[in-house]
Amino acid sequence: MSDSRVPLLSVQTLTAGYGSIEVLHGVSLEVHEGEIVSLIGGNGAGKSTSLSCISGVVPLRAGEVRFAGESLARVPAHAIVKRGLVQVPEGRKIFPRMTVLENLRMGAYTRNDRAGVESDLEEVYALFEILKDRSGQLGGTLSGGEQQMLAIGRALMSRPKLLMMDEPSMGIAPLLVAKIFHAVKSLRARGLTILLVEQNARAALKLADRGYVLETGRIVLAGTGAELLSDRRVQAAYLGE
Amino acid sequence: MFEWFDSDVLLQQLLLGLSNGMIIALIALGYTMVYGIIELINFAHGDLFMLGSFLALTLVGVAMNCGIVDPELMGASSHWWLLGTLVLVCGVFCGGLNLCIDHFAYKPLRRASKLSQLVAAIGVSFIIVNVGLFWGGLPMDILGGGGAAAAPKDFPHLVSDTNLLGEESFVVMTWNDVVIFVVTIPLMIALTLFVKFTKLGMAMRATAQHATAARLMGVDVNKVIAATFAIGGFLGGAASVLYANYNSTVSFQMGFRAGMDAFTAAVLGGIGSLPGAMLGGLLIGLVRAMSDQYVGSEWTNVVVFSLLVLILIFRPTGLLGLKQREKV
Repeated sequence: MSDSRVPLLSVQTLTAGYGSIEVLHGVSLEVHEGEIVSLIGGNGAGKSTSLSCISGVVPLRAGEVRFAGESLARVPAHAIVKRGLVQVPEGRKIFPRMTVLENLRMGAYTRNDRAGVESDLEEVYALFEILKDRSGQLGGTLSGGEQQMLAIGRALMSRPKLLMMDEPSMGIAPLLVAKIFHAVKSLRARGLTILLVEQNARAALKLADRGYVLETGRIVLAGTGAELLSDRRVQAAYLGE
Repeated sequence: MFEWFDSDVLLQQLLLGLSNGMIIALIALGYTMVYGIIELINFAHGDLFMLGSFLALTLVGVAMNCGIVDPELMGASSHWWLLGTLVLVCGVFCGGLNLCIDHFAYKPLRRASKLSQLVAAIGVSFIIVNVGLFWGGLPMDILGGGGAAAAPKDFPHLVSDTNLLGEESFVVMTWNDVVIFVVTIPLMIALTLFVKFTKLGMAMRATAQHATAARLMGVDVNKVIAATFAIGGFLGGAASVLYANYNSTVSFQMGFRAGMDAFTAAVLGGIGSLPGAMLGGLLIGLVRAMSDQYVGSEWTNVVVFSLLVLILIFRPTGLLGLKQREKV
């Protein structure tokens, strides 16, 4: 990418794994301010591990993650959130025995500006109206799609600079998937930077400014969304053409 | 109809059961909070409770020796301020100690298997019991009871023994009963409000429900765990003063019995659930009192643990425990 600005997120030769298994063998990627970047790849390619590593939940073994120009080495996960780098985890991971409203308030855990939190709450409700109707309901009683909206809303409550989304379409009814992708688009329109991990490669690449293809822990392809969509290898492997 | 049935006896046992039940509930909260957040049965909790009562006894001795309170007046007049101070001091002592136990014994094992932490908890339990034995060997016999280290020691009534129901009443209710409710009920209400409405309380619930998600929301999970140990310990310390005052005796082994009762109460109510621990504590207290009277005290442990087994068979999550089913 010929962008000379300092990227908002820069990941250099990231290596990580679990126990004796190494999952990432030197992943490098960049996300610039205002972009939607999609990371696509098959099952077990290391997409989720990449995100968890960036957000500090999985320790990195080698390489470097820089956010807004600063290294995140030795910054614990909870402090990374405060800097504006927030992950919507795979499988939603909402708090099942807290109400929708409490879940959203947990999203604003690191913030102390009351007025800002209240106005952001209204914005999340405007984005996902169903959450307002369900605000007193326990998170665990929502449908999968509603939980995904709640997970996104909860992450937005921290007022992130960069939102990382892990498989927001996984296990969700197609109608709701469309709604969620629509919401992602509108978030970008408001200036939010997004790193999107998806198995639904077509939808993710259509939405993205740029994309990376991850295979068995390595980035094998990079390009703009349109370039990747028309790439024969991508079409064969991920678009079913 | 039944010769042995006497409504006065029943009332007396009910009162005894409720009073002891409230104390058990307070200890059970410490088990259930820690389990809820790190899935550890903190076997040392009952023994921590024992140490709290030893501190209380020592401080009462000091107060007597320094002439702050008159030994002659123990049980005759009420020393509310002394009781209040002891609840506070022993609470803080046990809370702080629990915090240290977590920091030095459990925290290094956080990423190890659950079994390692459990074994560590049993180890800490042994250590504390022996500290209690050593403490019991110190000259604490001013208050009567055995001078030997292992002997149970008498604990004086800090508040008046006068029967509040009148001298003629068969059922005896004194300020020693009342004080239990005066201390435990506000503590339980405060804990419930704290967990429901404060930021730290919300973080505790969030961590208990999904620790990774809580981290991703910016919660410093280690701090939340530390706070949980401190609060659970405080409640155990407060309970230790009430227990010693109510049952008039302390011994280095009392943590095991009380701990077993409280642990059973927590499981009965549904481990991880705060209202469950409160309900379970009351039930265990009542069942013990009824069984002591109507079955025979030698059978009480059998009754209590049979109840536990039955509950676990027919309702494995306890009375108020939630079945956790997560949608993926």
